[in-house]
Amino acid sequence: MPKGKVVQKLGDDISTDIIYPGRFMATVLPTETPQYAFADNAVFNQALNEKQVPAGSFIVAGDNFGCGSSREQAASCIKGYGLTVVARNFARIFLQNSINVGLQMVICPGIEAEEGHELEIRDGKVWNLTTGESFAIESLPKARQAIIDAGGLIPYARRLLLERAG
Amino acid sequence: MDMTYVQKLLARACGKDKVAVGDILELPVHLAMSHENAALVINQFKEIFRDTGQESRVWDPDRIAIIFDHRVPAESAKTATNHKKTREFVGNQGISKFHDVRGDVGGICHQILPENGYVRPGQVLLGTDSHTTTHGALGAFAFGIGATEMAAVWALGSILNVEVPGTIKVEVNGELPRGVYAKDLILHLVGLLTAEGANFKVIEFHGDTIRDLPTSGRLVLCNMTVEAGATAGVVPPDDETRRYLRDEAGVQDELDLFAPDADGVYDRVVEIDATQLEPQIACPHTVDNVKPIGEVKGKKVHQIVVGSCTNGRLDDLEVAAGILKGKQVAADTRMIVFPASWRIYSDALRLGYLNDLIAAGAVVCNPGCGPCLGIHQGALGDNETALATTNRNFKGRMGNPGAEVFLSSTAVAAASALTGVITDPREEG
Repeated sequence: MPKGKVVQKLGDDISTDIIYPGRFMATVLPTETPQYAFADNAVFNQALNEKQVPAGSFIVAGDNFGCGSSREQAASCIKGYGLTVVARNFARIFLQNSINVGLQMVICPGIEAEEGHELEIRDGKVWNLTTGESFAIESLPKARQAIIDAGGLIPYARRLLLERAG
Repeated sequence: MDMTYVQKLLARACGKDKVAVGDILELPVHLAMSHENAALVINQFKEIFRDTGQESRVWDPDRIAIIFDHRVPAESAKTATNHKKTREFVGNQGISKFHDVRGDVGGICHQILPENGYVRPGQVLLGTDSHTTTHGALGAFAFGIGATEMAAVWALGSILNVEVPGTIKVEVNGELPRGVYAKDLILHLVGLLTAEGANFKVIEFHGDTIRDLPTSGRLVLCNMTVEAGATAGVVPPDDETRRYLRDEAGVQDELDLFAPDADGVYDRVVEIDATQLEPQIACPHTVDNVKPIGEVKGKKVHQIVVGSCTNGRLDDLEVAAGILKGKQVAADTRMIVFPASWRIYSDALRLGYLNDLIAAGAVVCNPGCGPCLGIHQGALGDNETALATTNRNFKGRMGNPGAEVFLSSTAVAAASALTGVITDPREEG
């Protein structure tokens, strides 16, 4: 499981307009969306685009991460950089989009971490290696586990399609 | 049987006697709606079929609706190309409920579905748009999903692994005071519940205020339930639902109207006395930052926006025209009006509302999502403030993270257009 630094610490109710502003919605393909991740946060967007943020790094957020629009670009643009999102909880559609496209995300109601801290996910907990604290992970909705296990909704749906055709 | 409306709907949809909160169901889908993001759905749909040896055909071309509304007419070559590819896909698959960029059939998806009679009580209705909750106003279980989820629906005809949600009952009684509208009620409720207060739950509306509310107002309520995080909002169908579907949506076939069980079990009950409500304003930058108008009035606004899937219906244009007729929009304020569909636009033209608005100085745009999501038609300048009848005020929402968006009813927006500052419509004229 991932181990890396917190590269962005965010508050509550981070909307999909902050993650992927509406004016870039004509761009849809997961291969193209990462360039606009957090586009209105010029410093972070530039760091991402200039590949200064190693895969396996963490975004840490408060309650209701990903609220707002159903735009899947908000999940695919983060996944494109191999980041993991640790939030106290997530908005429903964003959570399901993340699972469907295979974005690593962790529900961690007690998470305490600051930018620069090193985190590791191990044994059902988020470990803050900088402070020495650990925080319990809440398991994902069980209805979604089969999709995660299949590696995302596309392979899962493809398998069902073939099973049902047979 | 102690089921709420949506639990009962889900049991019927799956042919079961009973479902309980937390049950995991595969739901048959009655209607699957997408807008411009159909371009991504098509891409993911083709991915599902890749290397299967099967021809990529949608499960039922008559149960898919595609409506162009987010960027119409196309604001860029990229959007125009996405429109073109989607149009070709629609033709190849024989998708029948297609609403192109046209004055005879076009509009915003959340108005096009109801007014064309596509929405029915008892349906499972999915859309690749978070405001799909709107259609609960007609008794459907309607919720937003992402594009890949929709691609799987197009392939399989069902949505997989849906967890039966719990329900919050909202009971509203009493007559709405003069100058207070459904929009004020839902803003008040979102403020009360908070932006995440209804996450993963359904909001079910009851009470005599709701019974007396026309479908146009119920659409406003359900539209914004997602702003409290709700999976769906729903008004159990009644005589008004029947009237709307028969008289306004042209639905001829038999309707399946049913009610929640009298002993339905709710996670929470919220009671609201409508007689005590005042006009409400959602302040930047979250929809749950709601204040009564008295705390905000006098705030300078540079742009007024009336329209959207929330408040772009004929009764909104009637209210706006009624306030602005024979008067002028304040000199340093601009007003943008965008009706929710071309049918509404055409009716408002015939009834003289649009002329009244234009004469007052408003710019009337073509129906579509317009400035609501900050792509085109009415972006804000740095440090500008907008007052809009739309549904979101997130930072950057109207195309500029350095601007502010306040949300209100149409009456507040129109009264404020005259003064250039946030104004209580009860004090106007």
